[in-house]
Amino acid sequence: MALTKEQMAQRIARELKDGYYVNLGIGIPTLVANYVPEGMNIVFQSENGILGMGPFPYDGEEDADLINAGKQTVTLLPGSSIFDSSTSFAMIRGQHVQLTVLGAMEVTDTGDIANWKIPGKMVKGMGGAMDLVASAENIIVCMMHANKAGESKLLKKCSLPLTGVKCVKKVVTDLGVFDITPEGFKLLERAPGLSVEEIKAKTEGRLVVGSDVAEMIL
Amino acid sequence: MNKIVESADAALDGLQDGMTLMVGGFGLCGIPEKSIAALVRRGVKGLTCISNNAGVDDFGLGLLLQTRQIKKMISSYVGENAEFERQMLSGELQVDLIPQGTLAERCRAGGAGIPAFFTPAGYGTEVAEGKETREFNGKMYVLEDWLRADFALVKAWKGDRFGNLVYKRTARNFNPMMAMAGKVTVAEVEELVEPGELDPDEIHTPGIFVNRIFQGKGYEKRIEQRTTRKRN
Repeated sequence: MALTKEQMAQRIARELKDGYYVNLGIGIPTLVANYVPEGMNIVFQSENGILGMGPFPYDGEEDADLINAGKQTVTLLPGSSIFDSSTSFAMIRGQHVQLTVLGAMEVTDTGDIANWKIPGKMVKGMGGAMDLVASAENIIVCMMHANKAGESKLLKKCSLPLTGVKCVKKVVTDLGVFDITPEGFKLLERAPGLSVEEIKAKTEGRLVVGSDVAEMIL
Repeated sequence: MNKIVESADAALDGLQDGMTLMVGGFGLCGIPEKSIAALVRRGVKGLTCISNNAGVDDFGLGLLLQTRQIKKMISSYVGENAEFERQMLSGELQVDLIPQGTLAERCRAGGAGIPAFFTPAGYGTEVAEGKETREFNGKMYVLEDWLRADFALVKAWKGDRFGNLVYKRTARNFNPMMAMAGKVTVAEVEELVEPGELDPDEIHTPGIFVNRIFQGKGYEKRIEQRTTRKRN
């Protein structure tokens, strides 16, 4: 069975380590915040200028002056700090943020990523994505394995305009977990009940499969 | 020292057609609402606006798009804005999309007297096309130049007649860098206080960067994505 979005977030949460500063992109990555293990201290960064971002406010307690990078109203946790956009991207470019999780439209077996522009469609802009992917030491891409037409999003070469080159380290899809290695996508874990053959059939990029690929434990 | 002007309209004295403006804010958070309204009243045209976003159809910089006052936008993300999309696709509006961190740093560099800098953002992408690239310690970087503006329009929470500013929460965003990079920087504040009331240790933008300051009244502070959770 392919993973649900919640299960993908749950799996990514297992990559968190105590004391990490983490930037979560819009969409499925945002859900990772719901699965931080009990007792683990994680500080979430929002690139519009927050460290220590908390959950959405209770009804009636929204503050127009306190939003996240997705323009949603949020709250602050004790120990949080606020800063300007230049300082925020100093944290990102300066590699002070330990983990970045973001969505993508395409990823290649060498770690290239495309997630900001589809030629012929209205372009909204890259926001902070190019700064994030160019600088993070540890980038996990979280996306569906195939697009709506059923075509693999794990490719040899991106067909869409790039956001960054050779930067993605790990990919979590609804079918499995993959490391980007010099030999290509290395299948680390497969979604429960899914065979290696099924994953192979849906992966266009180079795929490396060890002798015994474990089923994911959620 | 008294930089107080009586109104938003007075603050824009000298702002002419074809000028380049920096406009603070992230989404609709921390935008200079009153200065934007004054720009509409002033009717200046052919503006180049440097701002992270372009507002929504009926608020923020969207108001200046409705009135066709903007010729070019320099932004990182232009979001959901039907009029923006229409003008961009028809070619009426020029749009320069640049990475958000690069935008912030180009404004900061403009204010800090640094004509260019190298950043890794955009290397190997269309953003780097036509730009100088260079290797430092085995990694490739792109040369980006500074941004400066004829007028920088910023919004703060509190300010005094020296131009010292304090921002509130994430309404800070691009405002401090833009305040540094304007030939004329106009700050609008929710509260104008007496010199000495702001703790010098807690001032975000020192008054040296601000030329004109005024107090705005009745801020709308529209929320783009109201998200809440239920009480248990």
